[in-house]
Amino acid sequence: MANNKEVFKTPVWLNNPVVVQILGICSALAVTAKLKPAIVMGLSVTIITALSNVVISLLRKTIPNRIRIIVQLVVVAALVTIVSEILKAFAYDVSVQLSVYIGLIITNCILMGRLEAFAMQNKPWASLLDGIGNGLGYAMILIIVAFVRELFGSGALLGFQIIPQSWYTTNGGWYLNNGLMIMPPMALILVGCIIWVHRSHNKDLQEN
Amino acid sequence: MAANKFKCSVCGYVHEGDQAPDKCPQCFAPKEAFEKIEEGAPAKKGIDTNSNAYTIIYAAVMVIIVAFLLVFVSSSLKERQDNNVVQDTKSQILASLNVSSVDVARAYDDYIKMDWLMNEDGSLVKNDGEFSTSYKGEFNSGRLHIFQADVEGDTKYIIPMNGLGLWGAIWGYVALNADKKTVYGVYFSHASETPGLGGEIATEYFQDRFAGKTVMKDGQIVLNVTKFGTAKDAECQVDGVSGATITSKGVNSMIATVLESYKPFLLSK
Repeated sequence: MANNKEVFKTPVWLNNPVVVQILGICSALAVTAKLKPAIVMGLSVTIITALSNVVISLLRKTIPNRIRIIVQLVVVAALVTIVSEILKAFAYDVSVQLSVYIGLIITNCILMGRLEAFAMQNKPWASLLDGIGNGLGYAMILIIVAFVRELFGSGALLGFQIIPQSWYTTNGGWYLNNGLMIMPPMALILVGCIIWVHRSHNKDLQEN
Repeated sequence: MAANKFKCSVCGYVHEGDQAPDKCPQCFAPKEAFEKIEEGAPAKKGIDTNSNAYTIIYAAVMVIIVAFLLVFVSSSLKERQDNNVVQDTKSQILASLNVSSVDVARAYDDYIKMDWLMNEDGSLVKNDGEFSTSYKGEFNSGRLHIFQADVEGDTKYIIPMNGLGLWGAIWGYVALNADKKTVYGVYFSHASETPGLGGEIATEYFQDRFAGKTVMKDGQIVLNVTKFGTAKDAECQVDGVSGATITSKGVNSMIATVLESYKPFLLSK
């Protein structure tokens, strides 16, 4: 296919999995209170989406139609388990970081969505690009949301204090961290804001 | 010469002619959406992927392959993983002494002098078993570990503890000074507390609040964690994490329960 570039580019912005396809919202709420887990989660999902897309794409002609969802699920679960085992053996720190998110990756709707909508019909190379593109699109939204939430919720970025300590009311200043930012609802509100910006840029996505 | 057939990939409309139409008459999809249908090879011969037998065999083979793959990966990496867990446990124990090192195994041997088990009367015997990585199991089976550490000539005692936070397990190591009455340092960690709220118990600023606090007074455990902003007695009360009352309570009851069991040792001379 000549438009491999398109396959890679559109999911990053124009057909972003989170703000347009509205997939993977649940994990976007869970991991975006801090920037670091959001980055780790975004990267892990990118890797797993790309790999499972390729595997399913290679198998696509042999998969019996009636059990295709189960086959997809088995492939995703097996890949996630293997990646997590390898991390535990060779990058223990990262696997501790990921702890709960590993399970979240298996249930991430983006994976199933892309496998069903793209990898089942397309060649491995295009599927790989689609997987990476969607993973990066997801990671981007996660990072934007986590950036805002950590900055205003904890006054820090990646754990480093950004807002000067002397501004805080506890030290006689005028500033207070916004507790709502840490709470899950704020992630929804922020995703809503991103969708707003996104739709006003892409008028053809607007619904009547 | 028979005309070629083109099928619209959007709505399935089939067009006959030399070329695909500019627009699909049914759904107005562009020309690119049309795919040429190859005549002569209408249905590829081969196995029917929708038959019951094929489906069952496919599922069975897939499951067996995946199972072997997982067993292979897990057993070939087991040794490395176990080693990592041991290193991680050791580094957590050292963290209660505010020691962090790249070479954990060596630092552990440098600082930790003995892995004791406490008897009912508070006396200590040497742990004859291997280094344990699950102090919850050890605690429940009555094997109360106490690590004796040596920090620049001063003796410290480290007590491992386990408890429950809001969402799951929390655990930690509390290092006491040689008098067994004041805290030298603590380390807490958690399985799944909310990042930014309960997760803050794993941060240094929270753990630093414990240093120097009194554990025992008149034979009672007095060290406790209170709701954020309500710690009045600076001697033995520690402010919890703001917005994470339940996790803070979890830390509090973990400390109380575990130290209660270690009382004979704490009271012994």
